[in-house]
Amino acid sequence: MYTVADLRKGLKIILDGDPYIVIAFDFAKPGKGQALYRTKMRNMINGTILDRTYRSGETFDPASLDERTMQYLYKEDNAYHFMDNRNYEQIVISEDGLGDTKNYLIDNLQVDVLLFGEKAIGVNVPNFVNLRVIKTDPWAKGDTSGSDSKPATVETGYVLRVPPFIEEGELITIDTRTGEYSTMVKG
Amino acid sequence: MTLNWGLARKRDALTKRARIIDQIRRFFSEEGYLEVETPFRIPAPAPESHIDPLPSVAWFLHTSPEICMKRLLAAGYGRVFQICHCWRAEERGKFHLPEFTMLEWYRTDLDYFGLMEECEALIRFVAAAIGLNGKVAYGGREISLIGPWERITVTEAFARYTPYSLAEALRRDIFDELMVHDIEPHLGKAGPVFIHDYPASRGALARLKPDDPNVAERFELYIGGVELANAFTELTDASEQRSRFQHEQEERKSLGKTVCPMPDKFLEELAHMPAAAGIALGLDRLVMILLQASSIDEVVAFTPEEL
Repeated sequence: MYTVADLRKGLKIILDGDPYIVIAFDFAKPGKGQALYRTKMRNMINGTILDRTYRSGETFDPASLDERTMQYLYKEDNAYHFMDNRNYEQIVISEDGLGDTKNYLIDNLQVDVLLFGEKAIGVNVPNFVNLRVIKTDPWAKGDTSGSDSKPATVETGYVLRVPPFIEEGELITIDTRTGEYSTMVKG
Repeated sequence: MTLNWGLARKRDALTKRARIIDQIRRFFSEEGYLEVETPFRIPAPAPESHIDPLPSVAWFLHTSPEICMKRLLAAGYGRVFQICHCWRAEERGKFHLPEFTMLEWYRTDLDYFGLMEECEALIRFVAAAIGLNGKVAYGGREISLIGPWERITVTEAFARYTPYSLAEALRRDIFDELMVHDIEPHLGKAGPVFIHDYPASRGALARLKPDDPNVAERFELYIGGVELANAFTELTDASEQRSRFQHEQEERKSLGKTVCPMPDKFLEELAHMPAAAGIALGLDRLVMILLQASSIDEVVAFTPEEL
């Protein structure tokens, strides 16, 4: 059982019988008033977005999802294909079902596929993944614009902000929980 | 260990923050205020239903320096200000840190309307000193700081921005929800706004209007939808204050919250406190607005998660 104070981005709960994942969470407290927890949640089956505001004291059941380790194979249109290496069973998850995790899927990545009953509804990726930068502007030494970050595209097509010293071809570590640059991989 | 890049890149924000604090001190010094320091760790914080103090070895960390600053007023200090850390349990979000910085000031020769003017003057002074030319961009909008700033009553705000009257909102127990969803986003979009005259039940330390005991002489300042400051014409009637505190304590008890001891020394000395107005301003949030930061994390060196 979760209380409203446990809610955070990425938490999975049951609402009206469906599994939901918290995608945005905001703490609000009008002056001298009570704490309010504003949440935006995505239905993990059909992708519907729900906005709900809770007071302290509300409780939620965790969405109990089964996980199976699988390998990411390839993408075809909006369908992402995964395979269980023990029995070669393949499953398909839609882009909507994957949400932000699609940004980190490189061929052969081992992921945990989430099953709600029999249905595959999403994947868990590791907290940190290494991805290669395929496009970014070169570091203009002596740049006096004062900008301390620049956009970079990684091999999955995902675009994020990185420090100015990162060059094309380099491998960087991304924190998949925030989607932000974490460190440069040396070597 | 690699360089803490996130911390290193806060240098510009932290430099401007220090400059803002310098300018605040300059403003109050020029206005004849005394800067004071009061203990952070106290035995009995002011009881308030929805503000939860953090315990600290049998005592509590203060949630605001209010009680000690009013004891200074009662002892004859006419204009006092303080910049200090305060602690409030379980408050964490884009605009909240459980340990944050408060700017609080009190003076004896003003009521809450007079304090609105001083608040305007302070923020314009600080904005000008860091190079903002009468306006600030926040939340994708340009907000003019040129005065006088708009003043709107809580009753008017409910009528203008929600489908319910204030009385109906209170009856249905949806005051806070409507405030957060329907009213706050509109407050201070084009220019800062003072929202004032709260229901008496929502100003435990405020004087009630002499001609309308249903209304507390309280205001809040909003800029760009962000609540920046809370102010009162201070309640100086000690027995009335004690009974309001008792009410807040009962409310806390019914909510299953910690009930702290009654601040008796404060209540004894309150009888000597002259008429005064006081205001608490979230300094981190003021820095956020002036620096156009979307999260409070951007204007402090460390958040609790980074410790």
